[in-house]
Amino acid sequence: MPVMKFSEAIRDAYLQTMRANSEVYLIGVGIIDPKAVFGSVEGLLKEFGEDRVVEGPLAEQMLTGFAFASATLGMRPVLIHHRVDFLPLTMDQIVNHCAKWSYMFGGQQTVPMVIRGIVGRGWGNGPQHTQSLHGLMANIPGLKVVVPSNAADAKGLMIAAILDNDPVIYIDHRWLHGDSCEVPEGLYQIQLGKANILREGVDLTLVAIGPMVQEALIAAKQAAESGCSIEVIDLRTIRPLDFETIIASVKKTGHLIIADSDWPHFGVASALISQISQKAFGALKKAPISITWPDHPVPASYALDAKYYPMAKQITEAISKLLSNILYENISEQTSKSHAGVHAGPF
Amino acid sequence: MKSAVDQKTVDRLYATALKIRMVEETIALHYPKGEMKTPIHLCTGQEANPAGVCAALTDKDMVFAYYRSHGWYLAKGGHLGRMMGEIFCKSTGCSGGYGGSMHLIDLERGFAGTTALVAAAQPHAVGAAFTFKSRKQNRVAVSCFGDGATEEGIFQESLMFATLRKLPVIFICENNGLATNTWVKDRQPAFPIYKRAEGFGVHSVVVDGNDAVQVYQATQEAIVRAKQGDGPSFIECMTYRMLEHCGPNNDFGLGFRSEQDAVSWKQKDPIQHLEKQVSVDLQEQLRNTYQIEIDLAMDEARKAPFPTQLLPERLQCP
Repeated sequence: MPVMKFSEAIRDAYLQTMRANSEVYLIGVGIIDPKAVFGSVEGLLKEFGEDRVVEGPLAEQMLTGFAFASATLGMRPVLIHHRVDFLPLTMDQIVNHCAKWSYMFGGQQTVPMVIRGIVGRGWGNGPQHTQSLHGLMANIPGLKVVVPSNAADAKGLMIAAILDNDPVIYIDHRWLHGDSCEVPEGLYQIQLGKANILREGVDLTLVAIGPMVQEALIAAKQAAESGCSIEVIDLRTIRPLDFETIIASVKKTGHLIIADSDWPHFGVASALISQISQKAFGALKKAPISITWPDHPVPASYALDAKYYPMAKQITEAISKLLSNILYENISEQTSKSHAGVHAGPF
Repeated sequence: MKSAVDQKTVDRLYATALKIRMVEETIALHYPKGEMKTPIHLCTGQEANPAGVCAALTDKDMVFAYYRSHGWYLAKGGHLGRMMGEIFCKSTGCSGGYGGSMHLIDLERGFAGTTALVAAAQPHAVGAAFTFKSRKQNRVAVSCFGDGATEEGIFQESLMFATLRKLPVIFICENNGLATNTWVKDRQPAFPIYKRAEGFGVHSVVVDGNDAVQVYQATQEAIVRAKQGDGPSFIECMTYRMLEHCGPNNDFGLGFRSEQDAVSWKQKDPIQHLEKQVSVDLQEQLRNTYQIEIDLAMDEARKAPFPTQLLPERLQCP
């Protein structure tokens, strides 16, 4: 299996689907820019031409409606935003049209489109380039939302999203783009709506999303060294959320931590704890803990990053709190390599 | 060069416009009974626009309309019974009762689903035109909207991209001077809308939107341009909304316009204008035929079952 970087894996997903299906096309502002959307569309303009790698004017709302209508007619567009922060410009088309269309007309048409938004965390990008909107998007019935955590998933989820018949919001973190791993070849798909148990355990269920997955794995490894068995679950898809897998896990472990790269309220962490409270209350030995961002916008100064973003350390502390029989000698400051402050920035 | 319009075409324009008028009048007559519990945006007074535009189109061409679309739906060949079913919110409606009066659809006749959001369907027509072009299909997409929709940012965005890519799309602006109950002079600078469209490099004309023949001819010209690769056209149709924004009544009581103000427009009634050009026999024959058809559609919609499932059948998991 080839080893690919996250952004190369997304490029491979585009390449494989575009070669397999002539109705798949990419569209977005600045996608023919020589920087090729962080390398993720490298060489595709040359292979597929300007009718399939479609440069758009700076008119995101129109581009969304444009892609949407082509999808209702059977095309499979991938609309790309360099920053997830441009999604709010397009909310009428996403919320009132993409999400409603199939229902509003009694299921006569499907909307097989992908909207990709990239989170620009790090390097002083500030409140309007680093926010996390997957929870907001997941609030809308009619949409699907995915957040990949590694290169292989980035490819598998992108291909599944392109081939899915519903509008899928695909949110990936620039922060992870340099990470690499083995990526399956060909039209590799990961089933949407299904969480991935990355590490089995019996003492505590640790659910993580996107960049928090690597942190969760580090924390679980540290806990294992202290004799504690953590089940780490990567949600992969935010909507539809795989409550079944989480409920089964919590029934087994009795403890729940959710680590999300999002604000604390009204998001995935809240939704998940709500469902667990309703469906598995009796199994809980202690109140669940959610580890999220502070409840305010993201600061620009990198001097504040450590205070703002929770890392493996915060997860470890939470594990220690829930499993009070576990005592760490020292809580390690170790964190994943993509979080180690070597981010390539500024773009 | 405008081609001459033969009698057969005039008869067809009259038939469509008359049918729309009679349907809207019937809805208005029965609406107060409370059987149609969905907001209605009647197009009474504006019938020449859908009649004129759609007479130049085929079923393969697609119309992307909006919430005031009973006329567009019917002119494009939409099924009357299914439209009435939808207005009665019944399972027999064109959207199964999940959409209501503002969300009509008839894909077999090239009538795309309509939206309740102002100007939102303009990029839909542009995206459809891109799809036709990508697939090398000889089809055009039509976007229709009111004067208020030209104030939205997405209007400029749609015109710009359609021109850049020379897409086969036709923009029809039904300028009735009103956005709900606010006159255009209070919303836009006094500069013709079609001139603004021209500024984007779009072939733009203004026509008497109460004269179906003029609307038809302008559309024909736009179709030729679109199909030979000359890109989008914009047609501003000057017209008048006879009734209130939403509902079966007039709005003279609100004070922003008076019955007296409406007199000059009543003299330009699009149906009366066409009646002068067709035989009395045809008028009588069509009126009788349509009345029977409309009464039947009303009756069937009244008797039809309501939807029972919260989720449309096609969206239910197997």
